[in-house]
Amino acid sequence: MRPLVTAAGLVALWWAVQAGFDVPAYLLPSPQAVARALWMQRATLAADTLTTAVETLAGLGLGIALGAGSALLITLSAGLRRWLLPLLLLSQAVPVFAVAPILVLWLGFGLASKAALAGIVIFFPVMSAFHDGLRRVPQGWLDLADSMGAPAWRTLLFVRVPAALPSLGAGLRVAACWAPVGAVIGEWVGASSGLGYLMLNANARVRTDVVFAALAVLSAMTIGLWWGTDRLLRRLLYWQPE
Amino acid sequence: MLPGKVLPPGPLCRRLARSACAPEIRCMGPAIRIENLSLRFGQGLLFDDFCMRLPGGELTALLGASGVGKTSLLRVLAGFIPASGRITTGSGAGLAGQVAYMAQEDLLLPWRSALANIMLGATLRGVRPDRARAGALLQSVGLAGQANALPATLSGGMRQRVALARTLYEERPVVLMDEPFSALDQLSRARMQTLAAGLLRGRTVLLITHDPLEACRLASRIHVMSGFPARLSEPVVLAGATPRQVDDPSVLQHQGGLLRALLGEAA
Repeated sequence: MRPLVTAAGLVALWWAVQAGFDVPAYLLPSPQAVARALWMQRATLAADTLTTAVETLAGLGLGIALGAGSALLITLSAGLRRWLLPLLLLSQAVPVFAVAPILVLWLGFGLASKAALAGIVIFFPVMSAFHDGLRRVPQGWLDLADSMGAPAWRTLLFVRVPAALPSLGAGLRVAACWAPVGAVIGEWVGASSGLGYLMLNANARVRTDVVFAALAVLSAMTIGLWWGTDRLLRRLLYWQPE
Repeated sequence: MLPGKVLPPGPLCRRLARSACAPEIRCMGPAIRIENLSLRFGQGLLFDDFCMRLPGGELTALLGASGVGKTSLLRVLAGFIPASGRITTGSGAGLAGQVAYMAQEDLLLPWRSALANIMLGATLRGVRPDRARAGALLQSVGLAGQANALPATLSGGMRQRVALARTLYEERPVVLMDEPFSALDQLSRARMQTLAAGLLRGRTVLLITHDPLEACRLASRIHVMSGFPARLSEPVVLAGATPRQVDDPSVLQHQGGLLRALLGEAA
């Protein structure tokens, strides 16, 4: 309820500014104009949303798999950690915007380059959150497992990984918010459909109302993704206090 | 509470203890000899040529000020930290695979039910968990109705009882306990002591505690550890069956003396 009231208040403010100061529509379209654009362009918007959603989900899958996998690898092997961790940190020092054109060049205009970009954006938060969780398992649990004669990999599977799941969950919530950003960046650089592509085109034609409409849909999609992730995590981490 | 018939250690008693038709049979824990133990701690030696004997099938309590090395000794025995020296059982073998460990924290995994926590060892070793035995243990610690309860829904005393059941599920002849009841209130602690004394009968137990009363109620031998490197006092030997009553004359007699010994070294 409260988020709805906040949203309604913001729209009212937006409308008041637009009408009160008589801002030209190409700079700031009125809420009605954006609503009209949402309705008139619904077919295009739906198709482009689908494209961006698929790219985002593919990127999430890729980034989570790689991030969680690397976290497990560098936890298991100290040697690997010494070699891999600087490399992973270095990969974060390269701005995503800078590699986007190269990825589009390598992987093409389609899904692959966008999924790769979204994956790169979320890889690090997922990996570092999960790695942190795996490292911070209480020593008492590990001693107990040791005294029970557990092989290291079974301790990992039945003690360390479950214990680190709440940390991984925190990383996944961040990932759900950032994955659409990666997809949209990819679409700006080179694409033939998607919300980012639609925004870039509408912007060039000074259809600011369509840009805002696309932005609204993108925000709704991101919020929906975050909400779904949050619900799923609450269900999976049933032992965690609220 | 299980009546518990204790047999001398060996293959016969191990076979009997495993068979379902004689659940009341338990192997007697082996005697343990610690010889010439040395352990470095920072610049100095925590243990230097340290020796100790734990009689088989009895509970030995270890009292001492914080930081004197009680927990380190227990961790060495459990194999968590390496140290030089010899630790052997009566038969001359090492301790590996014979030890169950119980700490001050219950160490229950919050995502597993009480019953699943008791059977954790089976899961971790990749063997088939014995639900019937775990259920019987849960019943023997007075939590029959709580098999599916998550740890977060249990009180501190109940959680520590689940931890005791988990320790017993391991069926190890040697049990190492590091202040297992010190986080409980006085009433729960007294109840846990009574329960533990019955369930641990016949095993070789090393109990670390800060509480002279607890030591006097449960132990047949009590050592006070002090100094750096650590040394043991001559043992206080208590006769009679455990758990002793809180107002048992031998408990009252030794409790004060032990407390005085502890205070004397602190001053």
